[in-house]
Amino acid sequence: MSAFKMPALGADMEAGTLVEWLVKPGDRVKSGDVVAVVETQKGAIEVEIFLEGVVSNILVPVGARVPVGTVLAQIEGAEGAAPPPPLEPAAAALKPAPQVLAQAPPMPAITAPSSRLKITPAARRRATALSLDPTMIVKGTGVEGSIRLADVETYASGAKLARCPAKIGLDLSQMRQAIAAAMSRSKREIPHYYLTETVDLHAASTWIERYNAEKTPVERILPAVLFLKAAALALREQPHLNGAYENGAFIPSSSIHIGWAISLRGGGLIAPAIRDTDRKSLAELMAAMRDLVERARRGNLRSSELTSPTITVTSVGDRGAESVTGVIYPPQVAIVGFGRVVARPWVVDGRIESHPLVTVSLAADHRVTDGHIGGLYLAAVGRLLQEPDKL
Amino acid sequence: MTDAEIRAIVLELIGDIAPEADLASARDEDDIREIFDLDSMDFANLVVAIHDRLGVNIPEAHYNQLFTLECAIAYLHDALTQPKQNDG
Repeated sequence: MSAFKMPALGADMEAGTLVEWLVKPGDRVKSGDVVAVVETQKGAIEVEIFLEGVVSNILVPVGARVPVGTVLAQIEGAEGAAPPPPLEPAAAALKPAPQVLAQAPPMPAITAPSSRLKITPAARRRATALSLDPTMIVKGTGVEGSIRLADVETYASGAKLARCPAKIGLDLSQMRQAIAAAMSRSKREIPHYYLTETVDLHAASTWIERYNAEKTPVERILPAVLFLKAAALALREQPHLNGAYENGAFIPSSSIHIGWAISLRGGGLIAPAIRDTDRKSLAELMAAMRDLVERARRGNLRSSELTSPTITVTSVGDRGAESVTGVIYPPQVAIVGFGRVVARPWVVDGRIESHPLVTVSLAADHRVTDGHIGGLYLAAVGRLLQEPDKL
Repeated sequence: MTDAEIRAIVLELIGDIAPEADLASARDEDDIREIFDLDSMDFANLVVAIHDRLGVNIPEAHYNQLFTLECAIAYLHDALTQPKQNDG
């Protein structure tokens, strides 16, 4: 028997609300299955399980808000399950349970002694059978507002609909708080150092223009795809920028999963992982980015996408600022920024020419690396962008 | 297809990409990237959506001709009446 717990979907998450179970007792699950939907400050996240076995018990009902680490369900025969993604246990370890409980906001009515709830036995049985939390039913139609069987049925049929606005409409003020918490922690705990490098994009721009000219709109790629691939390949040369700093030590990651920063219209930011960024083709990367943007804005990301980034890349696009220096997202140890592509004078063989340029920045954790490694990394990104056909 | 129909379709496609956009407030001379907060990926997706819906394959070099509604309408009107030049 193993416990399936509320995951920590990033350094800034303390609790989550279970909005949907996609499995029921008796269902067989395998590693990677999406088993629940959890509402967080980052929207509704599809939570995957990294255990293999049969769901024996569902312990947290729909509608309940519980701290990170709370056992959500028990899985029978979960021995020998596939390992969780590399950074997940590390991220969870950052938040020891007592601390989480102390910081977690007051629990909603779910924790109130159930004897105080006015509910008929039939209604209670039905609610249990439906895995519903009876305290979520605010309007009982029985004596003194007690909850009757009919109220449970009405709630059960309407619960899905009632949840929809919450799933789609992201609470941006809550997300702002989550960003503030993570960034404050980053600025407090991580001794950042910053470097920038101006990179000539003449070769890359010419290449991408030619590449896109032969393609239909859906096959075309954005300059950000080249940036992402170059940033990923350069990490193979400087692996100390790729991983997590936890419990006083740096844990390098053998895989390169870049968290790609996506700005949500109206405010907010999220950086889900593109797994094995260095091993994907440019077309695959473009498809992955398109998919992530769409799902991030709908509030439809998966838990592993939020827990697995090993570094973050932010590319501001053609309406952003000329350069961006990021704040590291803990427990990562570096963030790479690409500014807007601008045409500027550039010296080529002693002559001044107009070239498209981009300012590439690195903010990195001084506990792990210093400016020498950082400089070599930026030089590698610049070098790789000179040969776009090899990316 | 009339200009009004083209306008309605372009706005509908923008609405799919930016569901929170206030489409009714759009003036034809505004830069749609500014008023609807469309980034590079959003604009690329708009071009894909126009290609899917209207069959107009807009080359990347022409993207700047679609930054305002009035220019986009004029561009698409031309493309739809001379399909051979733009159909890809």
